[in-house]
This record gives sequence, structure tokens and C-alpha cells, in this order.
Amino acid sequence: MSVRSSIVVLAVLAVVGLLVYGLVIKEGSGLEIGDPAPQGALPRLEGGGTESLADYRGSWVLANIWASWCEPCREEAPALEALQRVHGGERFTVLGIDSSDLSDDGRGFVAEYGLSYPQLHDGDGDFADEFGATGVPETYLIDPQGRIRLIARGAVSTEYLEDEVEPLLPKAKS
Amino acid sequence: MSRRRTGLRLALGALLALLLLAPAAGAATPQTSLSEVEGEVMCPVCGTLLELAESPQALSQKDFIKRLVAQGQSKEQIKAALVAEYGEEVLALPEDDGFTLSAYVVPIVAFIVAVIALGFGVWRWRRAGGSAGPGPPAAATPGPSSEDNRRLDEDLGRYDL
Repeated sequence: MSVRSSIVVLAVLAVVGLLVYGLVIKEGSGLEIGDPAPQGALPRLEGGGTESLADYRGSWVLANIWASWCEPCREEAPALEALQRVHGGERFTVLGIDSSDLSDDGRGFVAEYGLSYPQLHDGDGDFADEFGATGVPETYLIDPQGRIRLIARGAVSTEYLEDEVEPLLPKAKS
Repeated sequence: MSRRRTGLRLALGALLALLLLAPAAGAATPQTSLSEVEGEVMCPVCGTLLELAESPQALSQKDFIKRLVAQGQSKEQIKAALVAEYGEEVLALPEDDGFTLSAYVVPIVAFIVAVIALGFGVWRWRRAGGSAGPGPPAAATPGPSSEDNRRLDEDLGRYDL
């Protein structure tokens, strides 16, 4: 095989390799149960510094990715707040992640639903992408070791929280 | 005299009020429009230009732009505010400084290199085509040898022409 033919074959292989790599990366980007949750820091929605999931190591965290423009997020917000009121404390918290959203709109949403759990702002949606989120809302239960234990795509209901999440949590605060 | 002074004071007061209000009115004058901005920014969730998007997120982003336009902010100020909210990915066109400048420079350089390569290729092809063409003038071609002529005569002699 001549040098010129070798260069052409290598170039074709390189292009095919890049395409395959792109497909593999796209397919395998979603996290699964048992995977460690992303640990990147995000700004607090209310302002005043940043927080990351690593700050909650040792506690159960129900990370809820939402946005103010998302209608199903409105449906599930009261159920999440009710869960926080019953179980929220040192050993468990719901953690809101306002994704691809304007911070003012996000703060308005929190005020409208009287959400008392901590909220982070993921304006560019990159943090949701790290989870492999396919949209909003999505909810991930993360254990005290920082591993994902449950994944709920779409709005969570009171029944889901009672049947799937609560049995895994430490006993409710008295 | 006192009336004239009072009138003069009122006129000066009105002038002063106008001078004070003028910058505020100027600040609220729209410097750009939604249509100008939405053609240059992305809808981050849809992955398309904002002007082509109609998703709930896009509508919320358009409302945000309208509010800033009403406040008299310039296109660049609005784009900066969008970057602060959604990150650099919200810009449809990369900034023309730093590393992102390569997004503009590389295609231009690639185009120039391609034109030069094409020109060089055509030049070589024409040169090669010249030597393999219809052939040099007849005078430059050596004629048939006497042996060739003899064989030709023999071959022709076999046919009844």
C-alpha cells in the first residue's frame, strides 16, 4: 500500500472513530443507580455563595431538578415540600436544583410554593447534564455515601415519595 | 416686580425639572428590540436560535429580554445579562476575542488554504494535460523509418485496394 493510500485510510478511520466516540459519549452520559452523584458546586438560588452535593455527605439527599417554566414541576412542588417538613433535618433534605432558568423566576417559584428546602441555581443546565437528565423535573435520591439510590424521571407524586423514598430514609424527626 | 420674579422662578424651576428628568427618560428609550436580540442568542433547552423557539423556557427568556429592552438596556447589556443567567452557551455567535476568536479565524484560514490548494492542483493538472494533449507539432514527430515503410507496403500489397 502506498503512502498516499495509507494516509487516506488513516483519515477515514479517524473520522469513523470520532463518530463512534461521539455516539458512545452521548449514549453513556446518563447516570444509573449505584453511580456516584456529581459533586460540582453551584450558586445558591437565594445568593450568598455556593454549595455542592459533597456538602451533604453523610446525609440522604433528594435532589430535585426543576424549573419555574416547567408545568409538572408545579404539580410536584407541594409533595416535595410536605416530605421536607416531615423528614427534613440533619440526616435528610430535599435539595432543589433550579436548572436552565432565570434566577428571578426561580426565586418567584420558591416563594409561590413556600419551599423551605435549600435551592441551588444551575443556570446553564450543565449540572443537570452531568446527571444525564433528559428534561425537568427529574429527582434523584442520593445516599449518605453520595451514590444514587433512586431515579424518577418526570414529576414525583405523594404516592411515589411514600412508597419508594420514605422506606429508605432515616426515621422521621419527632 | 414680585410677580415677575415669581414667574422667573417658576420658569427656572420647570427648566431644572426638565433637565433632571431628561436623562431618566433617555435611559428608558429602547436601544434595541426583542427581534434584534433573539436572532443572536440561543434557547438553551431547545438548542435552537431563540427566534425559532416557542418552548415554555424560550417564552420565559423572551419575557426577560422584553423587560430589559423596556428598561432601555442595549443589545450588548442584554446579552451580558443572558450570559450571567444561562452561561456562555446562550450566545449563538462566539465572542470575537480570546480562544473563541479561532471560531472565526480557522474557517477563513481553511478557505484560503483550500483556494490555494485548488489553484495549485488546477495549475498542475493543466501542465500535465498539456504534455498528454493532442501532441506536439507534426514537425517534431519523427517520421516512419524505411523499415516501417517497407512493412506498410507489404501489408497493403496483401489487399486488393
